[in-house]
Amino acid sequence: MALTIDQPIEHKQQSLAARLFASQTFWVVIAVILACVFLSFATDAFATSKNLYNITRNITFVAIIALGMTFVIITGGIDLSVGSVLCLSSMILAVTMHAGYSIEVGILASIATALAIGAFNGILIAYLGFPPFVVTLGMLSIARSLAMVASNNTVVFQFGPDHAKLLALGGGAWVFGIANPVLYMILLALITGFILRWTKFGRHIFAIGGNEHAATLTGVPVRQIKVAVYMISALSAGIAGIIQTGWLGAVTTNLGTGMELQVIAATVIGGANLAGGVGTAFGAIVGAALIEVIRNSLGLLGINAFWQGVFIGGAILLAVLFDRIRNFRRSD
Amino acid sequence: MAVLELTNISRHFGAIQAVNDVSLSIEPGQVVGLMGDNGAGKSTLVKMIAGNFRPSHGTMHMDGKELILHKPAEARQHGIEIVHQDLALCNNLTAAANVYLGRELRRGVGPFRILDYAAMYKRAGQLFAELKSETRPRDLVKQMSGGQRQAVAIARTMLSQAKIVLMDEPTAAISVRQVAEVLNLIRHLRDQGISVVLISHRMPDVFTVADRVIVMRRGRKVADKTIASSSPEEVTGLITGAIEQV
Ligand SMILES: Nc1ncnc2c1ncn2[C@@H]1O[C@H](COP(=O)(O)OP(=O)(O)OP(=O)(O)O)[C@@H](O)[C@H]1O
Ligand SMILES: [Mg+2]
Repeated sequence: MALTIDQPIEHKQQSLAARLFASQTFWVVIAVILACVFLSFATDAFATSKNLYNITRNITFVAIIALGMTFVIITGGIDLSVGSVLCLSSMILAVTMHAGYSIEVGILASIATALAIGAFNGILIAYLGFPPFVVTLGMLSIARSLAMVASNNTVVFQFGPDHAKLLALGGGAWVFGIANPVLYMILLALITGFILRWTKFGRHIFAIGGNEHAATLTGVPVRQIKVAVYMISALSAGIAGIIQTGWLGAVTTNLGTGMELQVIAATVIGGANLAGGVGTAFGAIVGAALIEVIRNSLGLLGINAFWQGVFIGGAILLAVLFDRIRNFRRSD
Repeated sequence: MAVLELTNISRHFGAIQAVNDVSLSIEPGQVVGLMGDNGAGKSTLVKMIAGNFRPSHGTMHMDGKELILHKPAEARQHGIEIVHQDLALCNNLTAAANVYLGRELRRGVGPFRILDYAAMYKRAGQLFAELKSETRPRDLVKQMSGGQRQAVAIARTMLSQAKIVLMDEPTAAISVRQVAEVLNLIRHLRDQGISVVLISHRMPDVFTVADRVIVMRRGRKVADKTIASSSPEEVTGLITGAIEQV
């Protein structure tokens, strides 16, 4: 009897440390910390409160969408439309408020737009069997085009009666001098982490990514959940768009261009697997952090900005290489 | 009275007639062996009973009442449990998570309910012990042997008090010792008055444990008789088509 009880416990303790070292997210955290330590010594400008404020705030926009993207990627899908949805949501907010409506109405319209787009993507994917890549690639084009239509391709920088409120929402620092976007990010990360670990919905998302057929056979509502994850992804892009609008104080129709790739990169660097079944909220955040730290450091170290792509691309490949080595060792 | 009665059940996939006009009834506590060649329609038939597919034609009755199933959860509510042929397991989840897939235990009140990991680990552990399996509830299915995976799929059927357990080739790919364990479980279920439908290509399994054998060929039921009145030779003939029908 003692044997049967001891065994699993010992097994669990072993795997706890082992799991930490085998975790891609853990090594990305180490990389971020090392980079920060190195930069603090190597440059004068890194460890200033202004630079750290900028970095943390810049992380947030990619990170918030990466949180939403994590849901999609865990189910084994992909959402390429998030950059364009961010732009469209920002533009709907801007145009609505510019027309004299309150900030509440603007946010409501913006969120509703994002959710509608997510639902559209999800229904095509879940009920009509379209490949996620194709559907969201189409939406990448459609949403940005709609943003141009909504604004007649102009820059909107006057947000009507609630102008000041919007700028405070995105640009303020209401608690302990932490930039507001960072607070939103932390809040959303906690919610995401909770959903993934503690809810039935979260469990089912992992099941779909692990074996969609098995999930269907055991009665997991696969289609409804797939629609929901694309809605969550679009919603996260919408939220990021609203915050970014408040922070920038202006919306142009090229807002968020190419952002989908940064978001996917952040998710993958943080340990999510594009094949589905794996991903965490924390991973999405540290992935976004690593990308931003790389970007920031290149600037501070005086390296030509053209090299940015090489370093970020390298980080993606390194993260995946790490995963390959781990799998290789296991299959040995 | 029959616990389950199928009347003229058919199912087609496009032009393929997977199950064709099958009628059968199953008594409480009866073990029915369902045999047939590859593609005979066995899995399709049990999937209709388990709520995975809707029949194209025909009706099902359970305890005399018409049984219409839209999803697997409804079949489970009626006391119908199934072990799928491909086991239907998610490699990225733990054994316990797989056992409870689609009916996770939760604690809390109203909308604030969270997964009850402790309870699921505990119950899954008990079920594996009952099955005399080495499976540990917290282990990922990815790392498991064929027999352990089978135990996980079988443990699902023991979660609630079933009336009918459908087993689609539960003894494929497991050791002799574990086959004996599964056959014991089937007898145990029968003794509790639970009916079992056992799909198997292994003649000895069916002939040691079943009370009745049903043979399907190309979607049709070609035989339905007691084990005592049949023989492995006859069943083989029925499966291959050497014997047309009895
Ligand atoms: N989802 C599906 N879509 C299309 N055709 C299907 C589907 N499921 C089964 N079929 C077809 O129905 C027929 C019966 O298949 P089924 O899986 O029921 O056979 P089986 O008797 O279980 O065979 P095996 O012993 O190989 O498991 C086959 O021709 C198969 O190709
Ligand atoms: Mg089959």
